[in-house]
Amino acid sequence: MSRFVKAAGILLAALREIFDEAAYARYLSRTQTASSPRAYAAFREEFEEAKTRRPKCC
Amino acid sequence: MNKTASIFGWTLVALLGAAAVGVIAVHRGEPINALWLVAAATCCYALGYRFYSRFIAVKILALDALRATPAERLENGRDFLVTNKWVVFGHHFAAIAGPGPLVGPVLAAQFGYLPGTMWVLAGAVFAGCVQDFVILLFSVRRDGKSLTEMAKEEIGRVGGFVAYTAVIAILVILLGVAALIVVNALKDSPWGTFTIAMTIPIALLMGLYLRRIRPGKVLEVSILGFILVLFAIFGGQWASQNPTMANVFTLRAPTLAILIIVYGFAASALPVWLLLAPRDYLSTFVKLGTIALLGIGIVALHPTLHMPALTRFVDGNGPVFAGKIFPFAFITIACGAISGFHALISSGTTPKLIARETETRMVGYGAMMCESAVAVMAIIAACVLQPGVYFAINSPAGVVGQTAATATATISSWGFPVTASDMQALAHAVGEQTLFNRTGGAPAFAVGMAHIFSQSLGGATVMALWYHFAVMFEALFILTILDAGTRVARFMIQDALGHIYKPLGRTSWYPSILATSALIVGAWGYFLWQGVKDPLGGINSLWPLFGIANQLLATVALCVATTIIVKMHRTRYAAVTLVPLAWLVAVTFTASWHKILDPNPRVGFLAQARALAAGPATSATARLIFNNRLDAAVTAVLVVMVALVLIESVRQWMGVLSGREYARVKESPFVQTRLAEERG
Repeated sequence: MSRFVKAAGILLAALREIFDEAAYARYLSRTQTASSPRAYAAFREEFEEAKTRRPKCC
Repeated sequence: MNKTASIFGWTLVALLGAAAVGVIAVHRGEPINALWLVAAATCCYALGYRFYSRFIAVKILALDALRATPAERLENGRDFLVTNKWVVFGHHFAAIAGPGPLVGPVLAAQFGYLPGTMWVLAGAVFAGCVQDFVILLFSVRRDGKSLTEMAKEEIGRVGGFVAYTAVIAILVILLGVAALIVVNALKDSPWGTFTIAMTIPIALLMGLYLRRIRPGKVLEVSILGFILVLFAIFGGQWASQNPTMANVFTLRAPTLAILIIVYGFAASALPVWLLLAPRDYLSTFVKLGTIALLGIGIVALHPTLHMPALTRFVDGNGPVFAGKIFPFAFITIACGAISGFHALISSGTTPKLIARETETRMVGYGAMMCESAVAVMAIIAACVLQPGVYFAINSPAGVVGQTAATATATISSWGFPVTASDMQALAHAVGEQTLFNRTGGAPAFAVGMAHIFSQSLGGATVMALWYHFAVMFEALFILTILDAGTRVARFMIQDALGHIYKPLGRTSWYPSILATSALIVGAWGYFLWQGVKDPLGGINSLWPLFGIANQLLATVALCVATTIIVKMHRTRYAAVTLVPLAWLVAVTFTASWHKILDPNPRVGFLAQARALAAGPATSATARLIFNNRLDAAVTAVLVVMVALVLIESVRQWMGVLSGREYARVKESPFVQTRLAEERG
């Protein structure tokens, strides 16, 4: 059971990383701000160029 | 005891793998079950990972768990970040998995299931996985440097320039081909066009939800977006049956091409955070879910393959694309076996997330194995179709004839019986007016996937929904690649132009954004238009061009890898990258020679230009002649550039081996990890 919970936790962590939720959490932690529409807009602005520079394969 | 059990277990895996490969290779006459392909793939991947990747890790790369990675040394909470290996694995796989491993194997199925399966398995284990693994490790040891930077440092300026140019060329050709696949899947299909059109308001809604209602809750909004997309699929059925709506959403190929070109320009030039980011998340969600679903479906339903092991088209006269197995099967299937593009991702985001060197084996080698498994699934999806149906969908009208009667007569005369009424019934079952001449691979894959799932989940009554789900899935993430790829290429051009005139390099300066966006969209838009207007369907000439460009980039990556291995004084193991390099050089250079100079007009660009010039002149003749000459010139330029990299690399190897040059690898200095101490 604990193995299953651990595997589910890792899967969720991977999905949070793929979908940038983890990056947003790190941004909030780094800037010491609470989640809000303004904070998310600032995060997207900072993150946008780095993300769009990442190649995706064919 | 444990060792004995391990030897016994791995011997069993090897025997099962050998038996499965043997059945695939020698079985003739009767259809075989898809599980044989699944068993062969599983055993080959398991053996390759356990033994071959370990050999590379220990003997050549000497992975060091005590050496601090850039994620640890340069951690900044943004690009460089120590991350759980499974999380990096998922992230890396999501970045490398695109439409390539789905489309290429479907097209190559015209040779039968055997050539594609063998190349996917051997190519991945001995070439593709190796390339991704070694490039990832070498980038980790160089502070996460990109392939172009490593090529410049290890091979010289020529290497860096060629890698840069090859990346731009691949992006342009890839985007043109990807857009063409979408056009071919959506033309004259009100259902599909409606569903894809609906993803735009859905993405806008997701963007607003993310920004205003639940900031940052991407997974949540992606699930919501997915549910809305399912509704859009049902809505598409209604739209296709409503005369007014059907009229609005029934679009010809040129109209769709213009719409996609306009969309690509807008996506690149405008700050469309509201649309693009949510679409990207939605397509990733659908992609990962569908791949998992298809994998489970194939294992659970284990369909029968109706395509023979080898077809008569191994002689090079195939209707889907012309050319013999060697070299064209190896050009057509790129991403499922080896893809140069992966080297960009292995030297992009991923090396900045790796916590320990030892994890590069699982992430680099392992994720490519999963990509290869996706290619095996695509082969199965194409080969479950009756061969006659497969060829009717994938053959251009210019080869099989304009009408249903002539197309079915031509295909049946090849020994693959199919009737116009069979095709009409199938088109009706999937909710389309016709399935003839749907070139590009995506529609055939969608029909195959719908065929597999309709065997149990909902039966034949929901086949149309499965078909349109598959079309939506492919079109959605191809469009995501289109906008993401256009922006990546735009940034690359801006970086280069910034060296000439500084403001051009500023990514926020609008004149530069508009000019570079127009340049990139104009380039891939040209290839798209060329494909749409091509009487042979476009895929025939453009997919090999993309395959050649992609494999040439892999050649550059393997040149870099071999050069570093030689400089590391591991020359006696250099065959690990040298053999795939030699194979790719043979394949790409032969394919390029055929595409440029082959006297058969269906194969050689110049021969086709000559044939057009000698034939009756129409309004399109001059343009078609120019397009063929342009394709020949693009191929020639790519080959010459890669030949220069190859020569430079060989010069480096000879210099090091003869002692004339000092072998100096440009690695970051060794710093001991603190993670080991923290973990005790």
